[in-house]
Formats: sequence, C-alpha cells, structure tokens
Amino acid sequence: MSAAIKTVGVCGAGGTMGAGIAIVAARAGFDVICYDTADAALVKAVDQSRAFFGKSVERGKMSAAERDAVMARLKHSTDIGALAACDLVIEAVFEELSVKRKLLGALDAVCPEHTIFGSNTSTLSITEIAAGCKRPDRVVGMHFCLPAQLMKLVEMSPGLLTSDTVFKAAWDWTVQCGQKPVKTQDKPGFILNALLVPFNNDAIRAIEAGVADAASIDTAIKTGLGYKMGPLELIDLIGLDTQIRLSEAFYPVTLDPRAACPPLLRRMVAAGLLGRKSGRGFYDYAGNTMFGA
Amino acid sequence: MSYVIKQQGESRSFPPGDAFLAGAAARADIVVHLGTPVAADSSKKAVLVELDSEYLADHVADDDAAHANVVGFARFRNGTDAPSPLVELVRMRVTSAAAVASAKAMFESAGFTVVVCDDQAGRILDRLIRPKYNAALRFLDEGLATAADMDTTCKLGLGYPDGPIERVIRGGLGHHCDVTETLFRSYGTPAYAPPRMALAAKRRGEI
Ligand SMILES: NC(=O)c1ccc[n+]([C@@H]2O[C@H](COP(=O)([O-])OP(=O)(O)OC[C@H]3O[C@@H](n4cnc5c(N)ncnc54)[C@H](O)[C@@H]3O)[C@@H](O)[C@H]2O)c1
Repeated sequence: MSAAIKTVGVCGAGGTMGAGIAIVAARAGFDVICYDTADAALVKAVDQSRAFFGKSVERGKMSAAERDAVMARLKHSTDIGALAACDLVIEAVFEELSVKRKLLGALDAVCPEHTIFGSNTSTLSITEIAAGCKRPDRVVGMHFCLPAQLMKLVEMSPGLLTSDTVFKAAWDWTVQCGQKPVKTQDKPGFILNALLVPFNNDAIRAIEAGVADAASIDTAIKTGLGYKMGPLELIDLIGLDTQIRLSEAFYPVTLDPRAACPPLLRRMVAAGLLGRKSGRGFYDYAGNTMFGA
Repeated sequence: MSYVIKQQGESRSFPPGDAFLAGAAARADIVVHLGTPVAADSSKKAVLVELDSEYLADHVADDDAAHANVVGFARFRNGTDAPSPLVELVRMRVTSAAAVASAKAMFESAGFTVVVCDDQAGRILDRLIRPKYNAALRFLDEGLATAADMDTTCKLGLGYPDGPIERVIRGGLGHHCDVTETLFRSYGTPAYAPPRMALAAKRRGEI
C-alpha cells in the first residue's frame, strides 16, 4: 500500500460514480470515508456495496471474512469534517463547476495540507475546478468509467498547476487499486468523450441526412468494426438527454461542429424519447422496434 | 440464391480465393459486376455494381427508371485488412425495393450481414469512422495522449476490439488519405479533411 495514501475520501459517494469509486478503494485495502450531502443516497450506497461484495463472495472472488473486512473499511458521513484524516479525496458530485469549486474550497479548510484532491469530472476543466481551492498544485483529474467498480480505465489529467509529484502519487494509487490509468490533458472530454460524443452525434446526423436508419447504422458499426454496441444503441443506453448535455458542454468550448447537438436529438428529447429509461429512443423497448419504423 | 459474376481486375470486396467468387453460377437472375462496365438489363432481378469510394451514380444515371434494378454494394474493408462480413448495399432514388430485396437475400445466403443505405459519400461506415480517425490522429499531433493510451482508452472504456490509431495505421495511412480526400470533396467540412499524418504518409508513397 502507498506510504503516502492510506485513507481515501469520496465526495458524492451516494451517487452512481462515487459509490463505485468507494468500492474500488475499499476493495484495494484503503480506509474509505464516504461523504455525501444526501443521507438517503448514502444509505442506498451502503446497501449497494453490501450487495456487490455479497456477489463477489457468491462468485468465489472473496471470502465472507474478506467481505466483512472490506465493508468495515467503508465509513459513511454527511459531515464534511469526517474527511479530515484523508490523504486523497476524490470528488464525484454534481457536474457543475460552481458546486465542485465550492466543495474544493470547503475541503481546503477541512483537510491537511498534504491531501490530494481528485476530480471525476467528465466535461469540466480540472484547472478551472482547481481554482476553487488554495492548493491547485494538488488537484488531479481522475476520470473513472461507469460502472467504476467494474471498469478498469481511469483517464488522468494534470491541471495547469498540478505538480508532477502529486500527479504521480495519484497515478500510483490508481495502479494500486488495480485500475489502468492513462495520461491525458486537461481538455474537454479528455480522450474517451472527446472521441465518442462527436461520433455519436455523427451517427444521429447520418439518420437526419437519410443515409440509413438506426438499426442499419448500428449493424454496420458492429459487424464492420467489431464494436459490441452501435452508437444509437449506446445513446439510448446513456440517455438522449445526457447526449445533449455532453454536446452542450463541449461545443461552446471546442467549437467543433461535430460536437454540436444535432436538431433531431433535441426534437426527440422534446418528444420525451430519452432512450431506454423512457422506453423509447432510437429503438422502442416495448417491442424493440426501431424509431420511425 | 445464384448469381453470375462479371469481373475485370481484382475486387476489393472479394480478393482472389474468396468463397463468394467460387460460388458463382454460369447463368442467374442476379449479375454481380466486379470492375466491369454496367449495362442496363431489365430481365435481371438485380444488377449489382461493386463500389469503392465512388457513388453508384458515377456508374449509371440515378434518375433513369431503366436502372431500377441496379444496386451498388461494397464489402467493408479497413484498408489492407481482410474484408469484413459486412456488405453495404447502396440504393438510388430510382432503385426498386424488389431489386434491393433480391440483392440482400443473395448476399445473406452467401453468409454476409447486409445493411442498406443511400448513395451518399462514404456510405455508412467511412462516413462515420473517418472523422473519428481524423480526430484521433489530430489529438496525437496535439499531444493529448500517446497512441497506446488512446487505443487503450477505447478498448477498456468502450469495449472496442482495437483502438482508432492502431486500426487506421493497420489499414494504411495512405488509404485513409485517399478515402478522406474523396469524402472532403463531397462534404467540404473540416472533419473530413485528410490529417497531417495521412497526407505525409501518402506523399511518402505509403499505401
Ligand atoms: N454517470 C456517469 O456515467 C459518469 C461517468 C464518469 C464520470 N462522471 C462524473 O461523476 C460525477 C458524478 O456523476 P454521477 O453520475 O455519479 O452523479 P449522481 O447524481 O449519481 O451523484 C452525485 C452525488 O453527489 C452528491 N452531491 C452533490 N453535491 C454534493 C456536495 N456539494 N457535497 C457532497 N455530495 C454532493 C449528490 O447527493 C449525489 O449523491 C460528475 O462529475 C460526472 O460528470 C459520471
């Protein structure tokens, strides 16, 4: 275990990503303080962690004693003061610059000087988030993938002022957790979303342009390239509203026309076609037929 | 379903030794042109024309009902990689649904997965993947990440069998340059402009 990092805090640990990151850290043997402003979300996250590790026992990946030990390493609190002993705090709170900046400012007051702050932001600038605290040299981008407890990839990006030592310490920590870090820059979407969001928009534009229907586009991509999912199936899974949010986060910063939200996407969201979660997007999940068919 | 093949030169879709070539009949209702000039023949269920990066309308006028049974096709291939199981069928404004259905059934019975698209530049796949490869090559030039990290990100984060950089390089940067040049001429948008690495590879004479 890292000499420097022993106790890890996760902010927004009641949320989708935070709960997964907390599992990653606890599984690797770190003491984890799970912090969230929503008590009910934390309670739900505890249940989810217990169920997750319960499955690990059923599958023979860990013993019941190991499960009990890992659960005992996960502490929960709605008091930010509980993060006072953390060597690393990873934030996975709402994707709003003001919320993240305010949180880092508050963490500054609570955590010791050596504490590293990691941000799981998908769309915001690490440097801009780091400007919310007095230790921008100790802030690192640590972008986990959904679901964090299963996906190995972490896109790591230094902000403009991040020190090399801090970046290396955070990098080494992700390796210790059994993750696979990749180094990228503090640019919109890092690598994954910078490639994916415009590509998904292009697939929507191909429908708009009458090139082919959604099912043909997805089939072509899966058969021709060996992808597990076509872009339109993927958008249905992540939510059409999320695809709009991602486009709106990137386009004003990059001015890349491919990142601009396609009009068809807006029309579909306005019509309540959000994808799987609403029962219909590019496909209809009642009959699994294709949109527009 | 039987088909006859009229071939001149090597086919990108069906290289020498491909089972599809061996499966051809002497006489059939479907004619497959591999590099041979297309002649209108309304007695056939479908007249198929192999396409590379050109339009089907480069071969026959797309507003002439005499060509209602002419259907374009390309078996997707990443440059010099072996051809994939995907056949993109291309229809024009005048193409009949019956001709498309016959062509689809014939390729499916030969073991291919078939999708149908309009006669637009790049069909489905090149239209969608070339801008992504261009972005990845530009990111590489800009130092966003190493080629290995970009590929790893796509494999681990998105479950792709290979990353964009390794794939475009394996297929041939010269080939990527040719495809994007054609697409750029059609669409005129920066996303299709051949990137530095591909242009340089082409100028060095690489495939
Ligand atoms: N969901 C994804 O696919 C995904 C993937 C990678 C990264 N991310 C990033 O992870 C972050 C969280 O996303 P999510 O989908 O898990 O969101 P979520 O809404 O599921 O969870 C956010 C949690 O943060 C808590 N929270 C909000 N403000 C807080 C504060 N000031 N202090 C403490 N807790 C606070 C909320 O109560 C909630 O439980 C975002 O930055 C997002 O961009 C999301």
